[in-house]
Amino acid sequence: MIEGARWRKWVFFYVPMALFLLFLLFPFYWMVITSVRPDGELYRPWNSINYNPFWTWKPTWDHVRYLFEETLFASWLWNTTFIATLSTAISLVCGVFAGYALSRLNFPFAGSLGTAIFITYLVPQTLLFIPLAEIIRNYRLGDTPWSLILTYPTFLIPFCTWLMMGYFKAVPKELEECARIDGASRWQAMLYIVIPVAIPGILSAGIFAFTLSWNEFIYALVFLSSPQQKTVPVGVTSELIRGDVFFWGPLMAGALLGSIPVAIAYSFFVEHYVAGLTGSVKG
Amino acid sequence: MAIAETRIYMPGAPRPRLRLLEDERWLAFVLLVPTLALLGMFIAYPFVRGILLSVTNARVGVPGEFVGLANFYKIFNDGIFRTSVYNTFVYTGVTTVFKLALGLWLAMLLNRNFRGKAFTRAFILLPFIIPTVLSTFAWKWMFDPTFSVLNWLLYHLGLITGRINWLGDPDLAMISIIIVNIWRGVPFFAISLLAGLQTISPELSEAAAIDGAKPLQRFWYITWPLLLPVTMVVVLFSVIQTFADFQIVYVMTGGGPANATHLFATYAYQIGIGTGILSEGAAISLAMFPVLFLVVIIQLLYIRRVEVR
Repeated sequence: MIEGARWRKWVFFYVPMALFLLFLLFPFYWMVITSVRPDGELYRPWNSINYNPFWTWKPTWDHVRYLFEETLFASWLWNTTFIATLSTAISLVCGVFAGYALSRLNFPFAGSLGTAIFITYLVPQTLLFIPLAEIIRNYRLGDTPWSLILTYPTFLIPFCTWLMMGYFKAVPKELEECARIDGASRWQAMLYIVIPVAIPGILSAGIFAFTLSWNEFIYALVFLSSPQQKTVPVGVTSELIRGDVFFWGPLMAGALLGSIPVAIAYSFFVEHYVAGLTGSVKG
Repeated sequence: MAIAETRIYMPGAPRPRLRLLEDERWLAFVLLVPTLALLGMFIAYPFVRGILLSVTNARVGVPGEFVGLANFYKIFNDGIFRTSVYNTFVYTGVTTVFKLALGLWLAMLLNRNFRGKAFTRAFILLPFIIPTVLSTFAWKWMFDPTFSVLNWLLYHLGLITGRINWLGDPDLAMISIIIVNIWRGVPFFAISLLAGLQTISPELSEAAAIDGAKPLQRFWYITWPLLLPVTMVVVLFSVIQTFADFQIVYVMTGGGPANATHLFATYAYQIGIGTGILSEGAAISLAMFPVLFLVVIIQLLYIRRVEVR
């Protein structure tokens, strides 16, 4: 698009791109370098002469060891995986069914139900967390993984439904009709004909839902109280800070290790994730 | 029903229970029940509970009595609440402008062909997919007054002479929070807008270029109008999320220094969960509702208009 001399390409492309990458990725570099830096080097004021921000010559595993030996980090990882997997599975089943019904079946109030589900998609968690905390307590779900497994679908289902509607609409009606003429019931036609065609959509919805539930914070912060029940984001926030003292080494190691599972899941399904992300806003 | 009365059926024919599912309305009902049950139980019901809670004086463990709109009178006369409202609007407004501008710029850069494009695009999304609280801790550590790498950088670039206490000063703390939100949001804008850009045929721009349109004119008269529907949806979506944001402020400042950086959600948390006055906390949360409602209405109307076209 940009024509002309070479310097223009530098000014209009390479330099801005490099600055964007620096801005967007530097915090991750900082996480990595902090989590392997020994404490003696870590707590050296920025204006001291031997402050060496970008490199360390004595990398250490101490912070990671501290995390696994002195804290419940391993349990937090397990809790988060368990909660994210189950709530994603529930949301996918609900979202696929609801998406199918709303996009391919004729029934009264289909339009207004679709709109209602879209509106719940736009309800932020912070609007409802206080009454929800009370309800969770009344159902005796407080401080159990189920408090999150059952509430995470409220922000995952609407998005899964919305995304799946788009995929189901694209499946030609004739495909389903052929199966029905061959003797399949509606249920069978849905299960064996339409849903398999929409598998890329299910993958996109699934990977997006998994990252969202892995990252969720406020419900987990409010509904869970005992350290061994916590998820990674809440555990790192509440257990690695004592009063005003921040254990920066373990904190950054925890932040890094807590991010790696989503980063791996994401790296396998980048295209699906992007499809889910863009599908989630375009509808 | 006539079908159900047929008692003799061929081997392999669907069982009567499944025959009910042959009716479109019944099938739709069965398919929607799990979704409606979960959304009803954990969105609609809490919403009603929240309204009921906000007109009582309930605390943790104390059911409370009906007090009318007393909680709302109280918060509207509360200086910290007013600051939170102001902060929330500033936070949402400023970050949205920057996220849109930078996101659009980055999307245009990514829309070109260059080596390592797929790789770059994958890396750029990292701030958006990594748990926000965890990455915000990295920022908090970068903003630490004594060990700040940012201070070191600014000092060596010759921009500052002394130390800057980023999170200790109300204005600087607000700026810091805004920077983190922009950092987190730019990838979302960039990738969504890139998807929009990719649907625009490059031939349009080329044709305009042949007709003598300058790059800026091509952007303003071709790309921008065609991108507008996607932009609108992304902006409205982001406005809702930012307006109701919690995590970044909770980690960076916890609403401090001296309650100067609270947003609706963090103040609601401090009152409702921190001090246990559930009713007032619920009222603060619900005070967000009119604005969110307005944005949702705009979004619904806009989507409908685009669909009609």
